[in-house]
Amino acid sequence: MSEPVLQVEGLRKSFGAHRAVDGVHFRVARGECFGLLGPNGAGKSTTLKLVLGLMVPDAGEIELLGLPVPARAREARARVGVVPQNDPLDPDFTVAENLQVFGRYFGQKDAVTRARIDPLLEFAQLGAKRDARIQELSGGMKRRLTIARALVNSPEVLFLDEPTTGLDPQARHLIWERLKRLLAQGTTIVLTTHFMDEAERLCDRLAIIDHGRPIAEASPLALIRREIEPHVVEVFGPGRAGWASQASALADRVETVGETSFAYCTDPGPLLASLQARTDLRTLHRPGNLEDVFLKLTGRDLRD
Amino acid sequence: MSALLAIPSITPRLLPVLRRHFLVWRKLAAPSLLANVADPLITLVAFGYGLGRLLPEVDGVPYITFLAAGSICMSTMMAASFESLYSAFSRMHVQRTWESQMHAPLLLDDVMAGEWLWAALKACLSGLAIIGVALALGVTHAPTLPGVLPVVLLTGLAFAGLGLCFNALARSYDFFSYYFTLVLTPMTFVSGVFFPVSQLPEALQWLAMALPLAAAVELARPMVLGEWPPTILRPTLVLLAYALGSFYLAMVLTRRRFAA
Repeated sequence: MSEPVLQVEGLRKSFGAHRAVDGVHFRVARGECFGLLGPNGAGKSTTLKLVLGLMVPDAGEIELLGLPVPARAREARARVGVVPQNDPLDPDFTVAENLQVFGRYFGQKDAVTRARIDPLLEFAQLGAKRDARIQELSGGMKRRLTIARALVNSPEVLFLDEPTTGLDPQARHLIWERLKRLLAQGTTIVLTTHFMDEAERLCDRLAIIDHGRPIAEASPLALIRREIEPHVVEVFGPGRAGWASQASALADRVETVGETSFAYCTDPGPLLASLQARTDLRTLHRPGNLEDVFLKLTGRDLRD
Repeated sequence: MSALLAIPSITPRLLPVLRRHFLVWRKLAAPSLLANVADPLITLVAFGYGLGRLLPEVDGVPYITFLAAGSICMSTMMAASFESLYSAFSRMHVQRTWESQMHAPLLLDDVMAGEWLWAALKACLSGLAIIGVALALGVTHAPTLPGVLPVVLLTGLAFAGLGLCFNALARSYDFFSYYFTLVLTPMTFVSGVFFPVSQLPEALQWLAMALPLAAAVELARPMVLGEWPPTILRPTLVLLAYALGSFYLAMVLTRRRFAA
C-alpha cells in the first residue's frame, strides 16, 4: 500500500453498556476512495466522529495525515473536508456567503476564499444560485453546496457521511460523477454508505462493520469473488415456495427473504433449465454483487 | 475526565464565530433592535410615567429616574438570556451550526467562547439602547453615566454564561420557559429593579446580595443618578464570579453533552 493518509487500529468506544465501536481497524491510502459500510447503527458515524477527533475513543490508535488523533485533531482537520448528514448549512446566508463564512473558520484569508467561490460553485453546478438563499435550494443542490463548502480549504481528504441518502436518482448520479472528478484530481475520499451500488461504483476498497465490529476489508470485486458464488438467480411468484424446496439440490445455497428466493450457484445451467417451463414463477438471473456480500455478512434481519 | 474539566481556552479563533453571528444579526438588525428596545421602553414609560404619577419620589428621585437603572440592567439580562438560550440552542441543536464549525478546525471551546461573547455584546447593545432612551426622555444626563457601560458588559457576560449552562442541559426550547419563569422573573423582583431592595424582608435582602442582577442594579443606579456607587468591590466581584463561573460551568456541561 502506498503512503496511508488514515490509519485506525483497535478503535473502541462505548456509550454506557452499548459498544458502539468495538475493535475497528482499517487503512486508507492516498488518492483512493474508501467506503465504510454497515447497517443502520453499525457504528459508521461514531467511527467517523472518532477519526475526526470530535470524540475521544476509549481505546485505539488513529493517525490522520500523519497526525495523532485526537491529540492533534485540529491540525489534521484543517487539511480535511467533512460532508455531514442533513446538510447543516447556514440558513441566514446566501450560497456564496456560506462558503465565505466557512473559509474564515479555517483562518483562510477572505481573498483566498473569494477566489475559490466561483470555481467551487461551478464544480457544484450552483453557478446560477450564487446569491440564492438556502431555502430556495433543492435537496440535491443543498448536498452539492455542502460538498463545495467542505472543499473551501482545498482538503487532502474528503469525508462524506452517507453522501446520497435522501436524493433522487438524477441527483445521486451527479454527485457520483463529481466525486469521481475529485478522485481524478488526487483527493482521497472516505465515505460511509449503506447503498451497495454506490460503494461498488465509487470505492476502491471498503470495510464492512456490524455491531461496531469489523467483518471484512477488501476491494468490492475481491469481496464478491471471495464471498459470493458468481451466479445469482432470484425467483418470485405464486409457485415459489414449492420450487424452493427442490431447488437446493441444483444450487450451492438457496436463501429466502420475504416473497423472494435467492439461489446462489457456480453453474446456473440445471437451475435455469428447471425454471424454463414454469409459468407461475418469475426469475432474474444476474451476477453476484456487493449487496449479496453485505446481506450474507450482516444477515437479513431488519435493523431499526 | 481532566479534558472535561479543563480551563476553557479563549483564543482569537473565536473571532470568525463572532463575525458569523454579527453578519447574521446585521441582516436582521432592524426587527432585532426593535425587540431589544420596545419591550423595556414600554416598561420604562408605562411604569415610570403611569405608576410614577401615583407615587411620591422613590429614594429621593422621580420614579422614572429610579426605574431607569433597573430597566438598563433588566434589558441587558433579558437580551443575554434570549441569545444564549433560544438563539444558541437553535445554532447548536436545530441548524447544527456548531457541528459545521467543529468540522472546520474549530474546537468546542472556540464555538462556546464565541457564543458567550456574542450574547454579551448583543446584550450591551440592548443596555445601550435603554441608556439612549433615558437620555432622549431627559430622565438622566448624569456625568457618571459612562460608568454604567462596564456594568452592562459584566451583566451581559454573567447572564450569557448562565444561559449557556441551561442551553447545555436543554432537550428542547420548552425547557427555557422554566428558566425564565422560575429564575429570571423572580430575580427581577428581588434585585431592586422596580423598587428598592430595602423594601424586602431581611432574608430576601441577604439573598439579593448574592444575585447578579441585584449586583448590577446596585452598581448602575447611583451612576444613573450622578453619584459613584458607595460599594464597588463586592457587587463587582459578584458579577465577575457569575460571569467566569457560569461560563466555566457551561463549558463543562456542554463538553459532557457533546461527548455523549
